[in-house]
Amino acid sequence: MIAILDYEAGNLRSVERALRHLGMDCRITKNREDILKAPRVIFPGVGAAGRAMEVIRASGLDGVIREVVRRNVPFLGICLGAQVLLSESEENEAPCLGILEGKALRFPDGVGKIPHMGWNDIVPERRHPVLEGIDPKAQFYFVHSYYPSPSRGEDVIARTDYGISFPCVIGRGNVVATQFHPEKSGSQGLLLLKNFCDWDGRVSPC
Amino acid sequence: MLSRRIIICLDVRAGRTTKGVRFGGNEDVGDPVEMAREYYEQGVDELVFYDITASSDARDILFDVVRNVAENIFIPFSVGGGIRSVEDMYRVLDAGAEKISVNSAAVLNPNIIAEGARHFGSQCVVLGMDAQKTEKRAAIPSGYEIWINGGRTPMNLDALEWAKRAEDLGAGEICLNSIDADGTVEGYELELTSLISGNVAIPVIASGGAGKPEHLRDVFRKARADAALIASMVHFGWYTVGDIKRYLAVEGIPVRQVI
Repeated sequence: MIAILDYEAGNLRSVERALRHLGMDCRITKNREDILKAPRVIFPGVGAAGRAMEVIRASGLDGVIREVVRRNVPFLGICLGAQVLLSESEENEAPCLGILEGKALRFPDGVGKIPHMGWNDIVPERRHPVLEGIDPKAQFYFVHSYYPSPSRGEDVIARTDYGISFPCVIGRGNVVATQFHPEKSGSQGLLLLKNFCDWDGRVSPC
Repeated sequence: MLSRRIIICLDVRAGRTTKGVRFGGNEDVGDPVEMAREYYEQGVDELVFYDITASSDARDILFDVVRNVAENIFIPFSVGGGIRSVEDMYRVLDAGAEKISVNSAAVLNPNIIAEGARHFGSQCVVLGMDAQKTEKRAAIPSGYEIWINGGRTPMNLDALEWAKRAEDLGAGEICLNSIDADGTVEGYELELTSLISGNVAIPVIASGGAGKPEHLRDVFRKARADAALIASMVHFGWYTVGDIKRYLAVEGIPVRQVI
């Protein structure tokens, strides 16, 4: 059963609905044992980084997430769940989990309207099992004012253009995270989620 | 490149989709859940459901519709109509909507925008505005006045000032409906759309007047709308979403291809 991490952020149920639609067994949970038993873990979320990190720390979820990552369990972050994997966020100047080195940055003025809201392209920089079979013309649904910026170039899996080029899929080893919302991105988003559900958490060196 | 969004609006009354002209008489055009699924398959980018019934019994029917839609389609959708409190917002989001649209309630109590943004994030809060052209006067410097209660009550409130204020309060998006153009199928109110879209930093959805794909081209190209709301042109079967997107793509407007 897939664990969807519950940290009082919005948008948990849309991920749950999308997984159920794919026939996957899943549960929204903050229970440590449930999460550590799960064969894969999803870390979704919308909201503000500062508040999210407060809840994550207060509930001890930060330790649980680190343990999941250490055990090589396939782990998918979505939107805010991608940003807080980094060391810190410019939003609320929040220290984050530091699973990937780097920062979540605010879009600079002048790129366009903020939030970046709507459907946009993704351009892969490397192959990754969760992107397998995705149509190169597919667009994905974004809604965000901050974007993930890992320090290590090899942690960037795909990029998107919105006035600037920014990382939209990041990851390392068993951790992968999307700035866009696959659960709201139609059939191609569902395909990405299905790929994640089929993934063993390994990436081939390239 | 970020695509311009095409959003289909479904007015829901007692569990059925209806379509009216200038807030006037309404015609039953189908089951909202089936229509939502059909439009999803056609490749629409987003949906909006407006609850146009006032009674609270009917509201429960709307929640059933929202839950049903959420289980079957995997694109963003918003719900508006009769939302007056953070609890109302919570119920709509919990039923599966991505965003909540507030209109009259926000004019009467602007703080609901700030409260909604604080609780759920700005990206969840859409300000719906019904604006009508009028003589410029001291209270209405832009020449567009806000009306509430489904276009029945003028508020002596300037549309541009209201849009800026809502942005400051934390609205994540504005759905701008022209009362003059609504239901005419003769094209969007370009001047109004351009005025608002050019003066706020949040996305603006143009609403009211769409009857053919050229109207969407014009509102994107000439009035800088970020998204366009349509209803009649698809509800009455004049065009499919694919027809509209193919036309816009040929015209050089970035739209999401249906895959």
